[in-house]
Amino acid sequence: MMFNPQVIIEKLPELGSGLFVTLLLWIAGIAGGVVIGFLVATARRFGGFATNAVLGSVVEVLRGTPFLIQIFLLYYGGPFVGLMLDPIPCGLIGLTVYSAAYYSEIFRAGFAAVPVGHVEAAGCLGMTRLQTIRRIQIPEMALIVLPPAVNLSVILLKESAVLSIITVPELTATVSAIGSQQYAYLEAIFILAVVYWALVELTDRLGRAAEYRLSRLRFSKA
Amino acid sequence: MTLPAIIIRNLVKRFGETTVLQDINLEIPEGKVSCLIGPSGSGKSTLLRCLAFLEESTSGMITINGEALGFFEKPDGKRERLPPAQIRAVRAQTGMVFQQFNLWPHMTALGNVSEALKIVRKLSKADAEEKAMAQLRKVGLENRAGHYPSQLSGGQQQRVAIARALALEPKIMLFDEATSALDPELTGEVLKVMRDLADEGMTMVVVTHEIGFAATVGQQISFLDHGKLLFSGPPSEVFAKPRHPRLDQFLDTYLDRGASMLI
Repeated sequence: MMFNPQVIIEKLPELGSGLFVTLLLWIAGIAGGVVIGFLVATARRFGGFATNAVLGSVVEVLRGTPFLIQIFLLYYGGPFVGLMLDPIPCGLIGLTVYSAAYYSEIFRAGFAAVPVGHVEAAGCLGMTRLQTIRRIQIPEMALIVLPPAVNLSVILLKESAVLSIITVPELTATVSAIGSQQYAYLEAIFILAVVYWALVELTDRLGRAAEYRLSRLRFSKA
Repeated sequence: MTLPAIIIRNLVKRFGETTVLQDINLEIPEGKVSCLIGPSGSGKSTLLRCLAFLEESTSGMITINGEALGFFEKPDGKRERLPPAQIRAVRAQTGMVFQQFNLWPHMTALGNVSEALKIVRKLSKADAEEKAMAQLRKVGLENRAGHYPSQLSGGQQQRVAIARALALEPKIMLFDEATSALDPELTGEVLKVMRDLADEGMTMVVVTHEIGFAATVGQQISFLDHGKLLFSGPPSEVFAKPRHPRLDQFLDTYLDRGASMLI
């Protein structure tokens, strides 16, 4: 038997639809994860002890279990508690919640890295707590978290492959199916690796360009 | 005889078991430069931070231009915290300059100076920036208005920080080792701005290791050691021989390093 990726490349249009679903779920998952993660981190930072403790435990559970198991439980376990979801919405919710937990940790660390003195300076100039959070702490946190947030986004792209087990017609599911039809499993997996790698490389470049543009806002050495 | 700008009465500050300030009583005269000197860990920075309400004292009172800072004393002698808006109003009388500058990295020099004018004083963007520009001019940095902190030298950053504090027109300026993070070449430009301010009659409280600055610009020198205010007076008295033995010992460490201006 020959290694012949040509078999897969001939099926490019089908591959395209899988790619589209992957990109859609990935981008929507990032958007939802960033928004929810930001809200969770902000609530934990400024919302008092109880809020921090409750949200902290939720985040720990989500970070402490594999995504594969979470998504499996949500899709196949959901109906037992009256939660009937189609594969794509289920995948989107799963990816969003999972990424929100990790984004919230990145943002939490970002808030903690804003120098206390920057907050004190705002207080000395008469800013209220809320003004300081909005004008100083959130923008500085955003600058600090850019590199780890891009890194997490790249990881999420690859994690989205897990959604194939709940029959989401994304890239991995589509290409595997083509591979089965054509009896070209290895070629399929090889093409998959190339496509994921190309996407990751592209994202990394975008992230680095953003970092470069923002580099003059970097923290100066006092 | 004008009222003192700041009156500190029986001020005590403890961090847990450690007493950092023990029963400090001091009056800061208006329109003069008061320097707080002393070895590391003597409590001078903590005292200054209490004046800026960045640290809350454990007991005692601070009065700024006749108004109680942070707490008021009830007739039975117990303290009660004032409401936040009232605390902000009293804090507005002081401007603070930090050792680490603490400029906000996501704003230009102009942005740093105009920010509080916009969101605290509610000035329009144009008015705030005009006022901010005037302050930057005063510290000689009008041509650096569009630069971000990372694009400025340490001395320039500290001058922006001074302009930022001055923009809100405080009556008293507090300096917490404003030149300690700078190398000797950059120290001069910051000290010059501080001298100019002193010449204008600004009330200043300066925590400093620059004994030369304290001796030449300071009009009241207060020496702290182990959380106690050992003595306070004009430099002509404080630095005249015979000196307090603890001050002598402290100054020796400076003389050892070649600072001979006081012999």
